[in-house]
Amino acid sequence: MSTTEIDRQWTTKFRRRLTTALPSEKLLPDTQPSYVASWIYVFGVATLSSMMVVIGTGCILAIMGPLWWHESSVGHFVNSLHLWSVEVFFFAMVVHLWGKFFMAAWRGKRQLVWMTGVVTFLASVATAFTGYVSQTNFDSQWISTQAKDGINATGGGAFFNVLNTGQMFMWHIVLMPIAAVVLTGLHILLVRYRGVVPPFEDTSAGKVRA
Amino acid sequence: MAKKFRPDVDAPEYKGRYYPYDIIKEGTIALVVVSLLVVGLAILFGSPDDPAVTLKEWSTAQPVDFATTALSELNGTSGVAGYGPPYNSASDGQKIGPFPVAKWVGVHIPVDTAQDFVLMPLTTLPDVPALTTGLRVWSAASETQKTAWLDAYAKGTMSFANGKITDTATGAGPVPLFMTELTSMARTGALDADLIAGHGYYTTDYTKPLLFLSDGQWFPSIAANDHLSGDQWGMMNELGNYPGQAWLWLYTMWYQVPPYSTSWAANADAMVWATMMVLTVLLALLPFIPGVRSIPRWTRVYRLIWREHYRATAQEGGASPSREGPPSTPTA
Repeated sequence: MSTTEIDRQWTTKFRRRLTTALPSEKLLPDTQPSYVASWIYVFGVATLSSMMVVIGTGCILAIMGPLWWHESSVGHFVNSLHLWSVEVFFFAMVVHLWGKFFMAAWRGKRQLVWMTGVVTFLASVATAFTGYVSQTNFDSQWISTQAKDGINATGGGAFFNVLNTGQMFMWHIVLMPIAAVVLTGLHILLVRYRGVVPPFEDTSAGKVRA
Repeated sequence: MAKKFRPDVDAPEYKGRYYPYDIIKEGTIALVVVSLLVVGLAILFGSPDDPAVTLKEWSTAQPVDFATTALSELNGTSGVAGYGPPYNSASDGQKIGPFPVAKWVGVHIPVDTAQDFVLMPLTTLPDVPALTTGLRVWSAASETQKTAWLDAYAKGTMSFANGKITDTATGAGPVPLFMTELTSMARTGALDADLIAGHGYYTTDYTKPLLFLSDGQWFPSIAANDHLSGDQWGMMNELGNYPGQAWLWLYTMWYQVPPYSTSWAANADAMVWATMMVLTVLLALLPFIPGVRSIPRWTRVYRLIWREHYRATAQEGGASPSREGPPSTPTA
């Protein structure tokens, strides 16, 4: 096979574009600009960490089946871990989102970073919601019968039946986690590609300090 | 000509210092800290798990409420009977402004409350001659006759005594027998089994028993006692003092305020969803909305976030981000 032929391969082109856009030192940096020194940056990594705990505890619940946590004290504890990791996840994510808003983190061609972040937040809300209606207890009965009206009003209830526990369970443990993980991965890759947004120029003295 | 720098769109080029940063170590520490925090919260607070309620519990605790609801399912006056899409065509469903979106999508989960909640379950009961005759009479009767029986029954006073539902109504045909037998059936748990197993031996679909349950007064009264009703910000709450889905606060808030709670109340769900969809699109497109995207610069909260950076650059005489020049080489 000639070199020209190899150069024309989709695989070769894709690999070159990938390594040009995200060289290893960009993907896994060992230095950061000095302005990346604030507690607000902790909430991004805290979101990711709590997401890992959510997935880990969710995997244990999935392995043991949807009713295990009602019947076993160990199962109930794993469910508690799952619940609280979700609460920590959303707390960290919301602070992260507000922090990025006040940093105007979309500046410098980072609009897609912001947009994937917002969509990831929505996917996470949907993932959590399908979890709440899959609990197979009073909470899930009440939440699903209340939520049906909102979803039915949009026409979505015809295909997304919150009273169908099996359907919601599959959305919760398969479809939504895939969406949330893919979106989170995309968001992180975009952050690595564009880098952490620099601060606004310092205009505190009434002029630009350039 | 150089493109004009837009402070809310463009980012200045950073020419300052870099410092060593171990991303793997930071991630590992964060994972350990978050895991410990979650374990601590789980040990301290646990998680709520009140068992699911059943039609058996309902008909045992409040048989009159159960039978009254069953009558409304039979005469078509219940919430589900008049719901509209996706369950039936009794109404257009809610509208977003002039648009009946749910009606356009149509009926995809057909529910005939009289047949599914009352008459079909009664046919599964072991042979009761009077009931078999009653069902045959009902089936052969005209719609006018059925309405007359139902109206007559509704005019009576329902009560529960000696394990049976009775009614003072006269001229109600087989309806009193239906209500008595269905309530007795529910009190044995057979109605739960019948509605759940409507799809066959294996099932994971609880649409019908949950719809029936939600039409009565008993189920919402339990939720209201636990502060879970819609007017109690119920969608974001959870049993007890657990934080629940606190992130739904904005969605839930609209239900509490006019015009969603007043003139739009009949279509509140549709209008709240429409509002949230618009707000969501605006949030996602925020970087492109002039004015809104300038709020961070105007509020100057960023001064707090990057206070160390601004302090350092002020002391150094200006190593702040620049609009010009090549990027500086990262240094360890």
